[in-house]
Amino acid sequence: MIDLLLIALYIFVLAVFVGFETITKVPPLLHTPLMSGTNAISGITLVGALISAGAGHSTLSTLLGTLAVIIATINVVGGFLVTDRMLEMFKKKKKES
Amino acid sequence: MKTIIVLAYLLSSVLFILGLKNLSSPKTARRGNLFAMIAMLIAIIATLIKNEIVDFTFIITGLIIGSTIGVIIARKVSMTAMPQMVALFNGLGGGASAFVALAEYYRLTGGLKPHIIISMIISFFVGAVTLTGSLVAFGKLQGIIKSAPIVFKAQRFLNILIFTLFLIAGVLLITNPANNAYLLAILAIAMILGILLVIPIGGADMPVVISLLNSCSGLAAAATGFVLSNNILIICGALVGASGMILTRIMCKAMNRSVSNIIFGAVGTISKDIKKDDKQKVIAYTEEDASMMLENAQTVIIIPGYGLAVAQAQFALQELVKTLINNGINVRYAIHPVAGRMPGHMNVLLAEANVSYDLLFDLGDINNDFQNTDVALVVGANDVVNPSARADKDSPLFGMPILNADQAKSVIICKRSLSPGFSGVDNELFYNKKTMMIFGDAKDSINELIKLLKT
Repeated sequence: MIDLLLIALYIFVLAVFVGFETITKVPPLLHTPLMSGTNAISGITLVGALISAGAGHSTLSTLLGTLAVIIATINVVGGFLVTDRMLEMFKKKKKES
Repeated sequence: MKTIIVLAYLLSSVLFILGLKNLSSPKTARRGNLFAMIAMLIAIIATLIKNEIVDFTFIITGLIIGSTIGVIIARKVSMTAMPQMVALFNGLGGGASAFVALAEYYRLTGGLKPHIIISMIISFFVGAVTLTGSLVAFGKLQGIIKSAPIVFKAQRFLNILIFTLFLIAGVLLITNPANNAYLLAILAIAMILGILLVIPIGGADMPVVISLLNSCSGLAAAATGFVLSNNILIICGALVGASGMILTRIMCKAMNRSVSNIIFGAVGTISKDIKKDDKQKVIAYTEEDASMMLENAQTVIIIPGYGLAVAQAQFALQELVKTLINNGINVRYAIHPVAGRMPGHMNVLLAEANVSYDLLFDLGDINNDFQNTDVALVVGANDVVNPSARADKDSPLFGMPILNADQAKSVIICKRSLSPGFSGVDNELFYNKKTMMIFGDAKDSINELIKLLKT
């Protein structure tokens, strides 16, 4: 059991470094879309919520799970769509007369 | 089956990372976001085929309700309101992570291993602080709660006391996992702490707070990943946590403040009385004076601030820029990192007004060009051009990197009044001899300028 925890810790620390490396390269121009995009990614907790809501453990667990599914879905769907809406606006100028 | 699911999670993690990597250029950013969407979809589908799931009614109901609300918010929200929307979503993400950990607690009652219960406590704590803290931030940005810092005596002492209570409840829960009174105490404490930590923070520091909460929402997801032994949660949580931390650091640097200084500092409470007696006179100019100045200029740098967005003047400004460019004037925008109310906010507002991103320059890239610039046109910005940040050691702004508008040959400032910015500090640039102050609504002034320049 402790092995599993250690592996999880390894993954966590390495992922933090990957995050630092990739995100340092994002220019200030795109910081708002970056934030709303990562915001949507943090909705990954939806994966856990789906299991809580659907595994039929107890009424309380199911209820909490369903609530989590709703708010995590708002986070995921809303976050990705609004990021797309913003990124669509970033374009290079076409030659204007 | 289990192998397929694990491999699907791996694929999804790779796509998330590629998605973030593509965000490093405006050309590929949209594709990056698409990668992240696909990654999320894969993760969801892989989870749904797990044989642990026996009942789909609640899942489908939840997904439908959540998606509907999400789509409506994403469509309706205005670009000016982006900070509060992100704040709200941060809170939802953090809250969802805490709820999942809570559901897991009630499922496993009794058979909890110490390391699981520790992960749970972290998840409850970070998740609940993020939830209430973000709701307060949302309220402040939306104007439901007043955005000035709310401070009272012994605030810091109270926070430390509450945090100590949390540690005690935490230890009690670890030694006594079956007693859910401790668990509820932890949740209540964390929710109160979230509120207490954000109410003393003023409007100017909101970009930092949102970045910090962004990071927390990721860390809450990662903690929940530890609870569930689910690697995709851990990876995504770590990525988001790292992203939020980087943005927090950038924002702090842009304001020359430390995180602890922002959380415990409460700048802007005392509106610093500048020596009222020797207050210099300001001469108000008209749009005609400014248009003449602009007509004779060869290079112009525009410094937009949040006041521009409040006046909804970004479209008019773009029209003005087009007119100037057509007159053969070199026009660029200088964007301060804290222009707007969240990292990069001003860029989005200008992009919405169809400003091409190659006209937008960061502080570091353009700051040395001001000395060779004829006119610096400041629209709705204040603190970011305040020279006292450079020279006046007593100023609360001291040390903050500013745009060197005062080094341009002349400065035009469109502003509603002389009132100080978020920081509550008066701006000596307003009284400078080469400064033209144009008072009034930014949109009206700019439209007037366009009219004059076109004739």
